Amino acid sequence: MPMTITEKILARHAGLESVAPGDLIEVKVDLAFAHDFTAPIAIQVFKDIGAPKVFDRKKVALVADHFVPNKDIASAEQAKLMREFAREQQLELYYEVGEAGIGHVLLPEQGLVVPGQVVIGADSHTCAYGALGAFSTGVGSTDMAAVMATGEIWLRVPPTIRVEYTGTLRPHVGGKDLILRLIGEIGVEGALYSALEFCGDALRGLSMPHRFAMANMAVEAGAKNGIMEPDEITRAYVEGRARWEPLFLKSDAGAKLEKTIAIDVSSLEPQIAFPPSPANVKPVSEAGNVTLDQVFIGSCTNGWLEDLRDAASLLKGRKKAPGLRLIIIPATPAILREAMKEGIIETFLEAGAVIGPPCCGPCLGGHMGLLASGERALATTNRNFVGRMGHPKSEVFLCNPFVAAASAVLGRIGSPEEL
Amino acid sequence: MKYEGKVWKFGDDVDTDLIIPSRYCNVSDGALLAKHAFADGKPEFASTVSPGDVIVGGRNFGCGSSREHAPIAIKASGVSVIIAKSFARIFYRNAFNIGLPLLESVDAAEELQEGDRLSVDLIHGKIENLTRGKSYGARPIPPFMERLINAGGLVEHIRKEKLQKRA
Ligand code: SF4
Repeated sequence: MPMTITEKILARHAGLESVAPGDLIEVKVDLAFAHDFTAPIAIQVFKDIGAPKVFDRKKVALVADHFVPNKDIASAEQAKLMREFAREQQLELYYEVGEAGIGHVLLPEQGLVVPGQVVIGADSHTCAYGALGAFSTGVGSTDMAAVMATGEIWLRVPPTIRVEYTGTLRPHVGGKDLILRLIGEIGVEGALYSALEFCGDALRGLSMPHRFAMANMAVEAGAKNGIMEPDEITRAYVEGRARWEPLFLKSDAGAKLEKTIAIDVSSLEPQIAFPPSPANVKPVSEAGNVTLDQVFIGSCTNGWLEDLRDAASLLKGRKKAPGLRLIIIPATPAILREAMKEGIIETFLEAGAVIGPPCCGPCLGGHMGLLASGERALATTNRNFVGRMGHPKSEVFLCNPFVAAASAVLGRIGSPEEL
Repeated sequence: MKYEGKVWKFGDDVDTDLIIPSRYCNVSDGALLAKHAFADGKPEFASTVSPGDVIVGGRNFGCGSSREHAPIAIKASGVSVIIAKSFARIFYRNAFNIGLPLLESVDAAEELQEGDRLSVDLIHGKIENLTRGKSYGARPIPPFMERLINAGGLVEHIRKEKLQKRA
């Protein structure tokens, strides 16, 4: 039976010849991931289950990235719970502040996620790893506790929606715009319970950070996972860093699909998601006069080195608008170090930005850079729900790093061409 | 399993940040989280919700982050069941895993009004509006979910079916 890449990976991990959408299966997990926000509940539930040990101490990754460096006493206690659990279980993959960074960037960077794997994370953006041709999806803390105890999870095999991007991308347009455009078209539940499989010649030359941004936001359309067939760019990325044997799979011709969506990108402009939904998307030329109090460049969607390079290319020799706050957070210590070497951090500081330590930062409105009532921010993040970055009466707009940098200079939402 | 309570009505795409904002998620205790349930969208909810009450939402209820703090906060507030047109998938798993039942019913989600008194029969998927004298059917709970509920949530299910097998 012809299968999609998602079905192939799931079938292998369930020990089955084939699977079909709707099948309820038990799947072996290659890597389990949780962070300081979700791990504490998972650890409590793990203790309730009564399993003495995690299923494999080399395959449970815990990363301090949300409320770190600890923002208050309550979060310090939660972080401590995670640290003590890691020590007690002798987990090999525990990442503390200083060596940690945003999990979804850190794990691929460290070669812990490779093509063909099943990765389950207690975070909704775990779907990002699909960019490597892995099956990955987010779950809650109780599911995570069960995975830590058993190394398995029950899943329903999702039907696949294939999205084919054709044409050549214009300058300053990238993965973020491709995914925002799709979410704008199908809505926040347009892919509910389904796998989103991205393909088409527009993706052929696209670098890994752009691909990660796309798979990362699959959940914003309600999808279970986002995925792409691995190619030469994927191979080059995992070569020399993969800690496990990668498995390069492709969808069969004739595999059954829920539907196919075609998007021609030739005339696609940078996209802006207006509050309060990632589906509320307009091209930047139609944004109108939206003045800004804060611009944030970072997060698991766009905190990669390439994103910082893109932003720096526009900020070089320029200053942010007076009164505007420009916050930039490299996603991992390795990215921060490289950005320093390349002079990118210097460029940011000269432009008037403040640089945060590698972590989620203001993305989730829990810690650092929160917004006051009536304030407006433009962010390279993935969500702009009511109150996402602070006060319920503040507003968040989403965009790519080029647009964020240009807008920081303009003091309002604008395109790089306006500089 | 039968529940009775009054309706708290919400719209489409209720996200987990709305259910419980991140700034209150630095703890994981249900009672503490429940104090801030819907803090931004319905500030009166936490102080006036009564045990047995029912949340009624539109499409895609619980979208957004994977935070289990969201169903935990709702369950700890005393809500017995959530009825919606559809649920976001992580929220759906989380709720059943912790023993908070969900029912899908488009008609009920459309017609029920804030404050209506309901009687909900979970196993038969029957929703009765005691205020207006109307009843609705709901999509039956999938057998696997029923097994989870019968086992008392995922924790008990794993204890019974997995760890014992292994021992
Ligand atoms: S950067 Fe934002 S979206 Fe990504 S894991 Fe952190 S809080 Fe979640």
